[in-house]
Amino acid sequence: MTAVAHTPTSSTPQQPVGLRGAGLDYLSRLRGGDVGSLPAVLGLVALITVFSILRPHTFTNSFNFANLINQGAAVIVIAMGLVFVLLLGEIDLSAGYAAGTCGGVTGIVMTRHDWPWWLSILTGLFTGVVIGTGIGLLVARLGIPSFVVTLAAFLGLQGVLLKELGEGGAVAYRNNIVNGIMNKNLPIWLGWTLFVVCVAGYALVSLRRLASRRASGLVSQDISVLWAKVLTLAILLGAATYYLSIERSRNPRITSIKGVPDVVPLLIILLVGLTFVLTRTPFGRHVYAVGGNSEAARRAGINVATVRLACFIICSTLAAVAGILLGSRDNGITPSSGGSSTLLYAVGAAVIGGTSLFGGKGRVIDAILGGLVVAVIDNGMGLLNRTSGVVFITTGCVLLVAASVDALSRKRAAATGRV
Amino acid sequence: MTVAESERAQVGVPSGALLSLRNIDKSFGAIQVLRGVNLDAYPGQVTALVGDNGAGKSTLIKGIAGIHAFDAGQYVFAGQPVSVHNPKQANALGIEVVYQDLALCDNLDIVHNMFLGREVTRNGLLDEATMESRAGETLKSLSVRTVKSLRQVVASLSGGQRQTVAIARAVLWNSRLVILDEPTAALGVAQTEQVLQLVRRLADNGLAVVLISHNMVDVLQVADNIAVLYLGQLVAQVPRQSVTQTQIVELITTGRSGNLGLKSNGTMAP
Repeated sequence: MTAVAHTPTSSTPQQPVGLRGAGLDYLSRLRGGDVGSLPAVLGLVALITVFSILRPHTFTNSFNFANLINQGAAVIVIAMGLVFVLLLGEIDLSAGYAAGTCGGVTGIVMTRHDWPWWLSILTGLFTGVVIGTGIGLLVARLGIPSFVVTLAAFLGLQGVLLKELGEGGAVAYRNNIVNGIMNKNLPIWLGWTLFVVCVAGYALVSLRRLASRRASGLVSQDISVLWAKVLTLAILLGAATYYLSIERSRNPRITSIKGVPDVVPLLIILLVGLTFVLTRTPFGRHVYAVGGNSEAARRAGINVATVRLACFIICSTLAAVAGILLGSRDNGITPSSGGSSTLLYAVGAAVIGGTSLFGGKGRVIDAILGGLVVAVIDNGMGLLNRTSGVVFITTGCVLLVAASVDALSRKRAAATGRV
Repeated sequence: MTVAESERAQVGVPSGALLSLRNIDKSFGAIQVLRGVNLDAYPGQVTALVGDNGAGKSTLIKGIAGIHAFDAGQYVFAGQPVSVHNPKQANALGIEVVYQDLALCDNLDIVHNMFLGREVTRNGLLDEATMESRAGETLKSLSVRTVKSLRQVVASLSGGQRQTVAIARAVLWNSRLVILDEPTAALGVAQTEQVLQLVRRLADNGLAVVLISHNMVDVLQVADNIAVLYLGQLVAQVPRQSVTQTQIVELITTGRSGNLGLKSNGTMAP
């Protein structure tokens, strides 16, 4: 009769207890198997330390740092799309060649048919929507496993890319605006403005949420925790902006290269926008629900097929964005653009960042953190003059470690009752 | 004749019943699963629905919930004859079902689960503060004090707590009739106790509760009246006080007990 009273937990909500409490809470979550992005962050720090020691001049200079961001951008954007599909517990193997195909379509209409650059980009993105719709319909309506559908699309799109470019052919990107995305930098003042906007925006959003929770009388985190987070973000972003604002041209009198790369604001917009969709909208909630328990989602009245379809469309459309970035970086698209290791690097990036292959767990920022890890390995190994064989082996090992962390943390989570 | 039988003799719907089923038939192909079933559920009362495996309990509640419509018979809700052909219609009437295999998402927290598929939004965005407040109020109204934080993921809850969340979700939506399918089947002793108290509290809050259970101890502890299904026929619906456990078990296994249930020739009491 008194079972309720006997249970040890109390009715009083946890009180906010400042930084120490937040730290303890985080530790207990770690012990419970909820590691989040910690392995990626630790890995990134370790890799940067190792490469900085081994190649103090070439790795750590700001030229290489900016280069690294441009190298990783396409993989990061594909990985952002893959997060949506992985959240459902599905996979999209075709995202790499979808990127190549869409980049190719953009190049063909822009260079060979003289369409305006913005219309060409829209056409490329629309191609991505079409590819995603096709894959999504086959998976969500027909119920074919996504592995098979996207494997077929992987092969098919590879062929489409070859056909559209012609055997051994390529299509050049000759528009300065499009090529500028991956080859130009923001003016110094704009870079610092971006920094201020990001930090102030983060602080403002966090403060508003805190205020609204307080107003509703709900448990909220301590304000000191919030300020600590804002400060950390400001220090990290500030250091990066400062470093990127240094003159990094070998010969500054001929050309000056300095400032935050143009692609960075694009990555930030995608990160904020997609995170917003996943965490603040009913659609985002439904994505997590379908990934967690699709039967429960169905019984709760969620249209599971529509959610699946939407996620595949988002994934392929982001792949199209990545394809245009690839074209912009190389000033053109070749039949191997988006091929070879691109997709696997992107899957690796999402998983290394902390997105689960089993569905239901993941964030958009995972793609950025994991993508940076992959880019650092690729870049640093190159500077060590290691052959691509060694780079592939190392990246493979890192991916295995990340997947093991995922599996182990799930086991741990099951044992301690967390997911 | 017992009270139950004389009641049953009148085909009319008893006043005060929230849900009344009369002469319900349901067949799947050649197999007739329900035959002339009469069932009443009253606000403020727990009606236990018992019967052996295959007696038709699941079919009956699925029909009430609109998952598959009955072939024949009257479905009277709040005094009005209604037809319920899909779950949305049942939900609109205020009927909620808590299924045996819990329909919760492990990776979402309690608030998210309680509002799953029916999220509260403001300007198209999730209104987390309102949802958390309402979830908290609902759990409080059910005197649930066992969950530490509304923001913990459901995977971290015990079986009893999960069942509590599933039940709380059902009562969140101004529901009037809550149907619970084996809510204690997978629970330990203390947790069963906890859930049964919650079931009792639902009824005390004025809801009509239909409880399906195999566990006679649970049924006798919590029910106000007991309906017994035997091979697709509802052989008796009797007040809890008027029967013993032995009589219930007899009704479940043979369809009759003394002058309750089926007559010796196999037909229903008048």
